[in-house]
Amino acid sequence: MTALLSLSGVTAFYGAIQALRGIDLTVEQGEIVTLIGANGAGKSTLMMTICGNPRARSGQILHQGQDITQWPTYEIMRRGIAQAPEGRRIFGRMTVRENLLMGAEVAGRTDIDVLLQQVFALFPRLQERLSQRGGTLSGGEQQMLAIGRALMSRPTLLLLDEPSLGLAPLVVRQIFGAIRELNRTTGLTVLLVEQNAYQALRLANRGYVLVNGSITMAGTGADLLARPEIRAAYLEGGGHA
Amino acid sequence: MTALRDAFLSAAVALGLFGPMVGLVTVSSDHGLFLRARPIAVAVIVGLVFFGRLGMLTWRGRNRAEATRANRAFAERITRAGKYVTPVLLLAALALPFSGSRYYVDLGTLVLTYIMLGWGLNIVVGLAGLLDLGYVAFYAVGAYSYALLATTYDLGFWTCLPLAGILAGCAGVTLGFPVLRLRGDYLAIVTLGFGEIIRIVLNNWVSLTNGPNGITGIPRPTLFGLRFSMDGGDGTFAGFFNLEPATIQRVIFLYYVILGLALLTNWVSLRLRRMPLGRAWEALREDEVACRSLGINVRNTKLTAFGIGAMFGGFAGAFFATRQAFISPESFTFIESATVLAIVVLGGLGSQLGVALAAIVMVGGLEALRDFLSFLGDQMGSELFSGIASELPLYRMLIFGLALVVMMVLRPRGLVSGRTPGVSMTAPKEIDAELVAQGRS
Repeated sequence: MTALLSLSGVTAFYGAIQALRGIDLTVEQGEIVTLIGANGAGKSTLMMTICGNPRARSGQILHQGQDITQWPTYEIMRRGIAQAPEGRRIFGRMTVRENLLMGAEVAGRTDIDVLLQQVFALFPRLQERLSQRGGTLSGGEQQMLAIGRALMSRPTLLLLDEPSLGLAPLVVRQIFGAIRELNRTTGLTVLLVEQNAYQALRLANRGYVLVNGSITMAGTGADLLARPEIRAAYLEGGGHA
Repeated sequence: MTALRDAFLSAAVALGLFGPMVGLVTVSSDHGLFLRARPIAVAVIVGLVFFGRLGMLTWRGRNRAEATRANRAFAERITRAGKYVTPVLLLAALALPFSGSRYYVDLGTLVLTYIMLGWGLNIVVGLAGLLDLGYVAFYAVGAYSYALLATTYDLGFWTCLPLAGILAGCAGVTLGFPVLRLRGDYLAIVTLGFGEIIRIVLNNWVSLTNGPNGITGIPRPTLFGLRFSMDGGDGTFAGFFNLEPATIQRVIFLYYVILGLALLTNWVSLRLRRMPLGRAWEALREDEVACRSLGINVRNTKLTAFGIGAMFGGFAGAFFATRQAFISPESFTFIESATVLAIVVLGGLGSQLGVALAAIVMVGGLEALRDFLSFLGDQMGSELFSGIASELPLYRMLIFGLALVVMMVLRPRGLVSGRTPGVSMTAPKEIDAELVAQGRS
């Protein structure tokens, strides 16, 4: 069986600066895979490269066996890949409902009400705030909205970029709980980029460690958590949030 | 005390500025050109600035919180009043020609043209968030398309109107392609350049456009084939309805044509906002990266915004050509773009009613002010007011600027800053624009 997503030898550049140096990575159907690393290691770039923005300069990205390396971004997103981008990036002056609809319309979904109900089941708070402007939500609610918006296209692969960014530990637990729940009940595959290594590795089936644009370590979540070098580099100093 | 000092300073600046500009007028007589001083006019202006600044500072210093609250109450009231203002304005617009005054109908036509342009530009600037400083280019393309098609191929207004719209739309897409990757200031500069390029081409391509001399004899529109000519024979409006031929009939007809076109623009933009495309425009204005991550084809979305916005500019241009019966590149200068953009910004980006109100104030208000001043001058027999009245067109830009500054101080998000959601299940909760700007409710 082919992997849901597999990258081989992917490189990406910002102008002359090489951000990714030959990434090999696979995500199997139904997994939660996490990508951890320091600031500037290339985690978000890797996420964006999967979406074709920036385009990979060399290497190959396969989605369900189909080579999507050179596809335009909007075509990739229509294949059932959805992203909750870094910094949430919700539409501030549009209502929560409009934000959610934006996620569904592009995928051409018509069963809006069913999709909305699913998002509300996961994040009941969003239902309360339905006609409120996105910009007036709290940080945690905005993150829920960003994830909910991505889920509206009923993706087969969800890319989550730093969902814990700037959130209180309690809210982070809530959101990670929702991701676990989603994975367990619907079998949604998740690729999660996180700085909060402890939480991410506990949640994930497998993890990759990214340093300076290369993957230096890979293994199961528990395996990586147990390694002393991981503990030293990413978990010391209050990682146990 | 600081307020007093500040007011003195403002008055001094005003004196320096207006002293030479307003205080001295050149008078030509048989013996040559003379300078005449107008100390009273300067004194009035400087006094206004002094007391205005003083009043502003004391009012603001009084109680900041109270002022904000008053402002918010005003915003709420205007939003609620919006429900009634719209039908009242519409009825007034429909009834205006029954006043029978040619002056008012002409003024109404002018205001409606700007309302239509404002609504067209609102699609580009207000909805899609693409700052366009060269909107007049599409107005020009529409006007010249109609003028050239009509005079060269002898086509009627109603045949040419859609063609002019399509051609202007194509011009919009043509502009859209090179600026796809630009944003904000850079986009504004390129669109500004585009507007100038169109005008300069029109000025210099003499074989096609007749250059600065313009195009004359542009045919007038017909009502289902009935012409509005003065002979009153068969096939004319007057002849068909057994009326005395009069110019006012054509003027009123033109008024209703532009009213219809403007309402069409409004209707289409309201419909589009409720459709996925309109929502995608708004999303694009909010966050382009998020749009990409949701799989929106950013290129096509931007191009349709440019294209559709330009199309309405083209319609308005065709109307302008047929109304004037004469066009030249002089009518399509940057100042037109600036006026329309000012209307959109003053009205509150994205608000249909706000644009209409702003156009009425900016275009109609200036005329009203001139009327009022010359009326005052006649009544009081004072040369000061009638003098100002006759010079008022020269101060147009000054008043524009002043209005913009005042607006931006009092209502930084435009006259009507509330945005009604395209879709909602429950009654929308109005949240103050200032709070949204701060990211809290």
